Amino acid sequence: MFKEDQLKKVGEEKKRWVDDLSKMLSETPERLPRFTTVSDLEIKGLYTPEDIKGIDHSRDIGFPGIYPFTRGVQPSMYRGRLWTMRMFSGLGGPEETNQRFHYLLNHGETGLSIAFHYPTLMGYDSDSHNARGEVGKCGVAIDTLKDMEILFEGIPLDKVTTSMTINPPASILLAMYIVMAEKQGVSKKEIGGTIQNDMLKEFIAQKTFMLPPRPSLRIIVDTIEYCTKEVPRWNTISISGYHIREAGSTAVQELAFTLADGIAYVEAAMERGLDVDDFAPRLSFFFDSHIDFFEEIAKYRAARRIWAKVMRERFMAKKPRSWMLRFHTQTAGCSLTAQQPFNNVVRTAYEALAAVLGGTNSLHTNSLDETYAIPTEEAVTIALRTQQILAEETGVANTIDPLAGSYFVESLTNEMEEKAWDYIRKIDEMGGMVKAIERGFPQMEIAEAAYRFQKQIDANEKATVGVNKYVTDHPPITIWRMRPEIEERQLKRLQEVKRTRNNAKVKECLGEIRKASQNGGNLMPHIIHAVREYTTIQEICDVWREVFGRYTDPGYF
Amino acid sequence: MSPERKIRILIAKPGLDGHDRGAKIIARGFRDAGFEVIYTGLHQTPEQIVAAAIQEDVDGIGLSILSGAHDYIFPQVIELLKEKGANDIAVFGGGIIPEEDILALKGSGVKALFVPGTTIEEAVKWVRENIKPRK
Repeated sequence: MFKEDQLKKVGEEKKRWVDDLSKMLSETPERLPRFTTVSDLEIKGLYTPEDIKGIDHSRDIGFPGIYPFTRGVQPSMYRGRLWTMRMFSGLGGPEETNQRFHYLLNHGETGLSIAFHYPTLMGYDSDSHNARGEVGKCGVAIDTLKDMEILFEGIPLDKVTTSMTINPPASILLAMYIVMAEKQGVSKKEIGGTIQNDMLKEFIAQKTFMLPPRPSLRIIVDTIEYCTKEVPRWNTISISGYHIREAGSTAVQELAFTLADGIAYVEAAMERGLDVDDFAPRLSFFFDSHIDFFEEIAKYRAARRIWAKVMRERFMAKKPRSWMLRFHTQTAGCSLTAQQPFNNVVRTAYEALAAVLGGTNSLHTNSLDETYAIPTEEAVTIALRTQQILAEETGVANTIDPLAGSYFVESLTNEMEEKAWDYIRKIDEMGGMVKAIERGFPQMEIAEAAYRFQKQIDANEKATVGVNKYVTDHPPITIWRMRPEIEERQLKRLQEVKRTRNNAKVKECLGEIRKASQNGGNLMPHIIHAVREYTTIQEICDVWREVFGRYTDPGYF
Repeated sequence: MSPERKIRILIAKPGLDGHDRGAKIIARGFRDAGFEVIYTGLHQTPEQIVAAAIQEDVDGIGLSILSGAHDYIFPQVIELLKEKGANDIAVFGGGIIPEEDILALKGSGVKALFVPGTTIEEAVKWVRENIKPRK
């Protein structure tokens, strides 16, 4: 980027600054012994052309929409179309959540995102004894297609895209969505959306797992294979760093483990015999936006650049779309505080800004009350408005990747990339991510980082306003509560569905799923048949638990 | 049993909740403080937790729950301990527990509830002062 003589001059001028600085520091020292990011990465006081002297503009930065996509995946970025405002929502039963969906769409949300309650996430029905105490609390209760039909009442599936945060039963929820669309007269070729479907990060971090890693991967590849042919606008997987970060990882670990998971999925799909350019354009990603502003921006820029190299150089993908890392962002739940909860509005706004400056393709902003419960309507409205103000008032969407060329941001982007490659190489040496998980490697790395961070908070080495600094009492806020009658209604409906459906057909469908699970062959068509007959999620998952066995967590700490 | 026996704590993750960051931090913090710590791992039913507590002969059970199922799970664990005649095992916990639920849970026999903002040191201190190795 700079010529020899320019750099020489910079070096000379820098010496003058360093001299002045030393004099000043001998009288008034800096505020802290070390300046670090939230991930404990040391940050210098000043970055200059010397810090990016190795950068080659066309190789490392380039142009938006062009390899290696450091500046974004689309040529026009937000000047063409703003990021999708997609608020993660699910509360009580499908009725309550349907109402929330309509409310958000009427207030300017541009995409849907379903939060399921724990039993659905884990492949249990609301009437399971494993669901005791959990129904409708952390998201919406969905047991059968009937619930999905209520959830999407009045929402045309050819007009909206839907993201579903669902993992072990992802294929089942996708099947329900396909059948629901079909009933609305919308072909599966037209529907658009995402299933999270990323089991590797479940073993690593989020821990909603069901089957062991290898059968889990098999079902994921079944969905990728099926959608590649039949549901071409569907994002078959959302390879997620969010949960890795929320479990306590550093930004570099989030970046590296997520991309290493991505590598494992690409390998698994290619082993099945799929052409990389057929399925890679439909892989999507999901990152956290934590509170350390520049570290996050650098992380997103580095993520795009690394993935582009991985796809082109390692997997020999030929289509530019296969090289693109498209991602959703959620602001960091773990950065929010129960103390002085209104401060969370401010944290979320900064985090949203980082995501947008990092070129996110869609965004969820957390609500101020989410350290307590699912957000109230009032709280979620502020969170959505936070995005709208960002998009339409601040001017940050006027130009593409405005921080490119910053000595600091480019240098930090390089540093994140280098450190992530170190981890990726290490995981490769272990034999790939599945083997690394079986050894507990990413799990231990995260537990270690989480513990280190907590010690720093406890020792006041890192500040959290309202927690270890500027502590004051705050009055309680009104929070959303699950009403017991919602659970009763859900159980009654499930009973009714089981009574009125064709149970002989259900049995037959489950038999087919069992056979295909044991003998191989793509499971998706069988799952679609089954959900059409109102087979429950648990009925299908019970078959899998029997055939494949259950995964239990070794509990590394 | 010798009077120097270390305090034995079972850290448990009940229900379907997968948020284990807090449980693992506290397990490690307790271990570093010199307690003997057994961590159940995830997705334990109240029955499994009580069975593990009795089998491991612990002095206290720390339940970590962030899914909102606390109002069912805490009383259930305490009830089962009573049934097994093991109600001298202290039950405490932490997680996302709204203020107004804390009183009710304490009424049902939960000894302490640690909410966000608690330091490891505070939790360790509470255990030292309130849980003694059982005879």
